[in-house]
Amino acid sequence: MSNSVGMPGDITRRQMLRRIGLTALVAGPGAGLLSACATGGGSGTAATASAAPSAGGAVSAANPFGVAADAPLEVVIFKGGLGDSYATEVHEPLYKKAFPKATVKHVATQQIAQTLQPRFAGGDVPDMIANSGTDLMDNGALQQEGQLLELTELWDAPSIDDPAKKVRDTVAPGTVESGLIDGKPYLMNYVFSAYGLWYDSALFEKNGWTPPKTFEEFKAFCEKAKAAGITPFAYAGKNASYYAYWMILISAAKIEGNQLLVDIDNLADGVWKRDSVKQSAAAWAEIGKYMDKSFEGLIHTDVQTRQNQGKIALYPSGSWLENEQKSQTPKEFKYALTPTPSVTAADKLPFEAIRAAAGEAYIVPAKAKNPKGGLEYLRIMLSKEGARGFTEKSGNITVVTGAADGLDLSPGTASLSAAQTAAGSNIVTRSDFENWYKELETDLRKHTNALMFGRISADEFCEKMQKAADKTKADSSITKQNRTV
Amino acid sequence: MRHGRYRFIVGFLAAPVLLYVVFVISPYVQAFYIALTNWKGVSANPQFIGLENFSRLLDDEVFWAAVRHHGVLLLVMPLVTIVIALFFSFLLNLSGGQKGGQMSGIWGSKVYRVIFFLPQVLAVAIVGVLFQTIYRPDETGVINGLLGKVGIDPVGWLIDPNIALLAIIGVMVWQAVGFYVVLFSAGMSSIPKDVFEAAALDGAGRYTLFFKITLPLLWDTMQVAWVYLGIAAFDAFALVQVLSVDRGGPDNSTTVLPLEIWRTAFNFSKFGYASAMGVALFFMTITFAALTLRVTRRERIEF
Repeated sequence: MSNSVGMPGDITRRQMLRRIGLTALVAGPGAGLLSACATGGGSGTAATASAAPSAGGAVSAANPFGVAADAPLEVVIFKGGLGDSYATEVHEPLYKKAFPKATVKHVATQQIAQTLQPRFAGGDVPDMIANSGTDLMDNGALQQEGQLLELTELWDAPSIDDPAKKVRDTVAPGTVESGLIDGKPYLMNYVFSAYGLWYDSALFEKNGWTPPKTFEEFKAFCEKAKAAGITPFAYAGKNASYYAYWMILISAAKIEGNQLLVDIDNLADGVWKRDSVKQSAAAWAEIGKYMDKSFEGLIHTDVQTRQNQGKIALYPSGSWLENEQKSQTPKEFKYALTPTPSVTAADKLPFEAIRAAAGEAYIVPAKAKNPKGGLEYLRIMLSKEGARGFTEKSGNITVVTGAADGLDLSPGTASLSAAQTAAGSNIVTRSDFENWYKELETDLRKHTNALMFGRISADEFCEKMQKAADKTKADSSITKQNRTV
Repeated sequence: MRHGRYRFIVGFLAAPVLLYVVFVISPYVQAFYIALTNWKGVSANPQFIGLENFSRLLDDEVFWAAVRHHGVLLLVMPLVTIVIALFFSFLLNLSGGQKGGQMSGIWGSKVYRVIFFLPQVLAVAIVGVLFQTIYRPDETGVINGLLGKVGIDPVGWLIDPNIALLAIIGVMVWQAVGFYVVLFSAGMSSIPKDVFEAAALDGAGRYTLFFKITLPLLWDTMQVAWVYLGIAAFDAFALVQVLSVDRGGPDNSTTVLPLEIWRTAFNFSKFGYASAMGVALFFMTITFAALTLRVTRRERIEF
C-alpha cells in the first residue's frame, strides 16, 4: 500500500494496522473490486437464507441485544500471529456459558477472503468474523455493499463487568473512532498498540536511571548516559526517519492537544509554524545532538540490535518492537515503554499520554443468521474476562482498559499495559497524512533527518514543512481528504 | 534472387522488430501521451492537461537537484572510468614489451584481467549491499574500520551531503572499469602490431607508445565507451536506491531522475507527472548521445 520495497518487519506491521484500522475510514479505489466479483453468483438465495431461525430472545439487562438462547452461532477467526485459541478456549466457552442451549461453530482460516467471499456472494454468512491477515476482505467495500452490521448498538450496550457503564466507556479512547466507515462504527478494533520510547528496564535499573519525564530531565539523562558510554537516544536515519517524526508530532500534540494532528492532516494554513510544532522540533533537535552522526546511515534493524547490545538507551518505536526483536534480544534484556517527555509545564496532555491505536478488526455481517449473537459475542470479547483471556492466549493487550492488569505478560507487553492504564483517556491520536499525502510524508522524512542530525534549525524545519504542506494543498492533482476527530 | 534475399532478411528482422515495437517503442510513445495527462495510475480515462506537467517541472526543486546530479555524474563518472580502464588495459596488453613479435602485458596480466572483470558479473543489487557494508558510517564499516586503525575519524561516506554522491559515483566506477578494460583490450589487440614495432624501432618509449599510437588508434572504441557510460550516468537508479539515506538523501543530495520517476509514479501515484520527468530524461539522454557522437567525430583510420 503505502511504503514500498526494502523495508522489513515493522512496515508490514504498520501497514497491517493501517489496513485494518485506518484505511477502512476512506474506502479506497479498490472498493469496487469485491462487488464486481460478488455479483457473479445468484443473489436470490440470500433473502431466504437470512430469515432468522427463531423469533429472538427477550431483551434483558443480561441480554441487551435480545439474543435467541438456542440460535446457533458461527465464528470465523483469522488464525495468524494471534492464533485462534483465544476464541476456542476463551470467548466461545464464555458465550456457551451465557447461552448453554446454543451451539457455537468455530471456523479457523488464514485466508479470510477466499473462505468468505463466495459465502457473502451466496448469502450464507457467519455471525462474527475476525477480518485480518493479508487476505482480509476490504471492509470499506463490504460496508458499501451493505454487508456490515452497524455497531452503535454494541458500543451503547451496558458493559458486562459494570452494567452502569456503556461498552464504549470501557475501551481506550479512539477505539470506536478507529472503526468508523463513512462516519458510522462498523469495525471493532480489538488489539491495542502504542508508540513511545523503548528501553531496557534491566539496564536502567542497573545504572539507577529512570526514564525522563520532561525535556530538562531528558537532557540531564542524556549527559548521564553519555558519561556511561551509552548513546542516550537514537533512531535509524536511512530507512526509519518516520520513527523520529512520530516523536516530534507526539510531543507537539501533547503541547497543543490532538487538534494539532487533525489540523496537520487537514493541511490547515500555517499549522507547521505553530508554537507547538516549533517547540517540539527544537526540543527533539537538542536530543538529536547526542546522537552519533553515523546513525543517519544505518537501518532500523542495525539500531535495534545495538539497543539489544546495551549501546543505546532510548529508542522510538511502536509496540511491535519486542516481537520484532525476539530473536536478537538477550535474556536479561527487558523491554519497557515510556511516554515521550513533556516539553513545557503547560502541555495540554500530561506526560503519561501516549500515542495509541486500535487494530485487528472484528465485524458482524449484516445478513448473518444470528447477528444479535454476533454482537453479544463482541460484547463478551470486550468484557474484562474476555480481554484478559485474549491477552493470556495471544500475548497482545486489548483496547479494554485495565483488563490485563496483574497478568503474567512479557516485559514489553506488561509495560505497554501499564502505560495504557496510566494514560487512561489521555491518548494522542493518529496522523492520516502519512497515508493521504505521500509527498508531504516524504518531505517530512527528509527534513526530520536534517533536523535531528543538525543540518537545519527548528525554525527552518517548520518553514520547510509549511512550504511542503502548502505545496500539497495547492496541488490540484492531489485529492484532498478531511478528518474531524 | 534479389527478391528472395529481401524476404530472407525480412524474415529474420520481423520478430525482433515486432518485439522492439511492442515492448520499447510503444511504451515510449505512450509515455509521451501520459505526460500530457493527470493520470494517477488507477482510473481508466485520464484527463488531458496539456503541458501543465512540464511547467510544473520548471519549479520542482527535487527535479532540478536530480538534473544537477546527472550533470556531475556525466562529468565525473565516464572520465574517471575511461582513464582508469585505459591505464589498466594498457598495462595488461602493451606495457610488457615484445615477446615473440607480440606485444604483451605486464607479468600476471591474465590474473588481473579476471580480477578487474569480476565486479562486472555481480548484480547491481549485490554491489549495493556490498558497499553498504564497505561505506557503513561508523567504525564497523570496512573503510572506516581501516581508517580507524590509522587514527582517522570515521567518514560519513553516504551521510555527508557533500560527499554522498561522489561515494556513489565511486561504486559505479568500480563496477564499470572491468568491462571497459576488456573493451579497450579488444580495441588494442585489433591495432596491427607492425605499427607498434615501427614505433618501437624508432625508439618510442611506453609513454609515447600510449599517447601517440594507442590512444589515437583507439578513438572509435573510446567514443563508444563514452556514450555507454554517459547513458549509464543517466541511470544510477539501483545504487542510489540501495545505498543512499532514505532513497536520494540526505537532503536530496544523491537523488537521480529514475529514482524520482519511480517515487512519483509508485509512491505518489502521479503517473502523468512521472511520465513528464521520463520524457525530459529521454530528451537529455538523446541529446547527450547525439552530441557526443557529433563532437567526437574524427577522421577514421583504416587498417
